Amino acid sequence: MSDRDRERLFTSSPAPVVASFEELEAEPIIRREGSLYADAWRQLRRRPMFIISGILIVILAVMAIWPGLFTRADPRACDLADSLLRPSSQHWFGTDVQGCDYYARTIWGARVSITIGVLVTACATLIAVLLGSVAGYYGGIVDTLIARLTDIWFAIPTILGGIVILRSIFSTRGLLQVSLVLIVLGWPTMLRLVRSAVMATKEMDYVDAARALGVRNIRIIRRHILPNAVAPVIVYATITVGVIISAEAALSFLGVGLQLPAISWGLMISVAQNRILTAPHLLLFPGAFLSVTVFSFILMGDALRDALDPRLR
Amino acid sequence: MGRYLIRRLLQFIPVFVGATLLIFIMVWAIPGDPIAALAGDRVLPDQVRQEIRDRYNLDDPLIVQYGKYMGGVFQGDFGDDFRGRPVTDLLGQRLPITVRLALLAFGFEVVLGIIAGILAGVRRGGFVDNLVLISTLVVIAIPIFVLGFLAQLLLGVRFGWFPVSGVQRGLYSYVLPAMVLGSVSLAYIARLTRTSLIENLRADYVRTATAKGLSRRRVVGIHTFRNSMIPVVTFLAIDLGSLMGGAIITETIFNIPGLGRAVFEGVQRQEGTVVVGIVTFLVLVYMVANLLVDVLYAVLDPRIRYE
Repeated sequence: MSDRDRERLFTSSPAPVVASFEELEAEPIIRREGSLYADAWRQLRRRPMFIISGILIVILAVMAIWPGLFTRADPRACDLADSLLRPSSQHWFGTDVQGCDYYARTIWGARVSITIGVLVTACATLIAVLLGSVAGYYGGIVDTLIARLTDIWFAIPTILGGIVILRSIFSTRGLLQVSLVLIVLGWPTMLRLVRSAVMATKEMDYVDAARALGVRNIRIIRRHILPNAVAPVIVYATITVGVIISAEAALSFLGVGLQLPAISWGLMISVAQNRILTAPHLLLFPGAFLSVTVFSFILMGDALRDALDPRLR
Repeated sequence: MGRYLIRRLLQFIPVFVGATLLIFIMVWAIPGDPIAALAGDRVLPDQVRQEIRDRYNLDDPLIVQYGKYMGGVFQGDFGDDFRGRPVTDLLGQRLPITVRLALLAFGFEVVLGIIAGILAGVRRGGFVDNLVLISTLVVIAIPIFVLGFLAQLLLGVRFGWFPVSGVQRGLYSYVLPAMVLGSVSLAYIARLTRTSLIENLRADYVRTATAKGLSRRRVVGIHTFRNSMIPVVTFLAIDLGSLMGGAIITETIFNIPGLGRAVFEGVQRQEGTVVVGIVTFLVLVYMVANLLVDVLYAVLDPRIRYE
C-alpha cells in the first residue's frame, strides 16, 4: 500500500456533524471547557487503547534509553561454545549463532528502532510543516512547484526507492544513512497533510480578522494557523513512527539497511531467516518485539485521532 | 469529463519524467565502476572497456544517457543487462509470476476485506465490529516479513498445509504468499469499508429508504453499499500498483522468482540497467494505476470533476 492510502485511512474523512435524531437525544449535551487539547486529554485518560499503548511506549522508550535496566548481560559479549542454545533460565531468549545472549540483544535492539522512528518522523514533520505551511498559505507558483515535487516522489514506492538509494549511494550504511533515506522518502505524505490542513484553516474568519488588523504573514502562520492545523499532523506523526520502524526493519531484513555489528530487530530477523526450522526462537523474539512496538504507535495514533477529531465525537 | 481527462493526462507527463529521471540518477550515481565490477579480478583491456562504455552510452552526460534510454523505452526497448540479454526478456519471464501472485492477493483481500468491513459496519460497536477492528490493527502492526515467516513456519512447515517455498506446485504454491502479501491491504480494506459504510448509513437517503418501508437488507445491500464502495474502489486500484512493489519482500521469503526478486538481485549485483528497467516499468504501472483511480473517481463521484 502506498503512503497516500495510509494517509487517507488514518486521517478522518468528513463525517456528518449531526448523525441522527436518536443519537442527538441519546447523548446529553456536553459543555466544552478549555481547549481542544484539554478536552482530548480528559477523554483520552479514560480510553483503554490510549492507556495500553501509552504504557507500552513508555516501557519501550526506557528500554531504548537505559537498556541496562532490563539486562545485565552485554549483547556483544559472546561465547561461541554457547551457540544456538534454546531459551532457558540462564538465557531467557536463548542464544544466537555466535553465542550472544539473545535477550540482551533483543532489548538493545529497541534503541535503534526507536531512535530511527523518532528521528525520521521529527525531521520529516519539520520539513513538512515548513514547506507545507508555505505552500498551503501562499498558494500560487510555490504551491504548484511543491505539489508537483511531491507527486514525483509519490510515484516511487517507499521500499523500492529505499533499496535503490541505500544500495547505490552509500557504501556503508549506519543509523544516519538509513534515517536520511527514510526522511527523504517520508516527508511528501506528511507535507500533503500539512498543506491541506493549512489551506482549510486559512479560510477561517479569525485569520481574515488577523490580516485585517495588519498582522504579518509569518505571525499569522505561526500564531493563528499552525496551532489549529496541527491536530491531524500529531495523529499522523504518531502512526508514522510505527510505520518508519517497520520500514527500517524491512530494509535491514532485505540486507540494504543497517549492517552488522549494529543491533537491530530487522537485522536479527534477517540473520535468523536461514535457521527458522532449527532455531525458530531467533525469529520469534525480535519479531514479537518489533510487532509490539509498531502496534503501540499505531494504537496510540488511533486513540489520538479519536480524541482530537471533534467530528467523530 | 473530457477536459478533466486531458488535464490529468498532461499532469502525468512531468511526474513520469521526474520520477524516472530521479531513479536513473540514483542508480547511475553509483560511486565505483560497474564495468570493473563486471570483470571481477581480471583487468579489462582498454579497448574492451571502451567498447562497453560506448555500448551503454556511459561517456555521455547523465541527462543525455537518460534521453537516449527513454527514447528506447518508448520503442519497447528497456536496454540490455551486462550479459547482453534484453531487460524486456527478463520482464516477460518474471512479470507473469508477479502478476499471478498479485492477482491472487488482490482477490483474497477484496473478498474477505469487504465482507469483514460490511459485517463490522452494519453493527457498529458490536462483537464482530470490535473483533474486526482489533484483528486488523494487529495485522497492520505485524511487519510483512515477520508475518510471512510465521505463516511459512506454522502453515507450511508445522501443519504442512501449503508448500513452504518455490513455485513447483503450480497455482497452489502461490496461495500462502498471496495471503501474506494481501493481508495488510485486507486490513485496510476492511477498515475503509467499515468507516465508509458507517458514514453512509447516517445519510438522509438511508433514512428515506427505511421510512419508505424497504427492508434493512435492501437498504444496506443496495443503497448504502454502492455509495460506500467509492473510496474502497479507488483504494483497490492504487493497491494493485503497490502490490507489485510490495511483492519484493514476499517473493524473497517464499523464494518466488518474480519481478520483485529480479529487482532485488539486480541491485545486489549492481546491474544498473536491470534495476532501472524494472523500476521504470513498475513506476509506470503504479502511475497508470493512479491515473485510472482518479478517472474512476470522477466517474463514480461526479462532484470531483467540477472542482
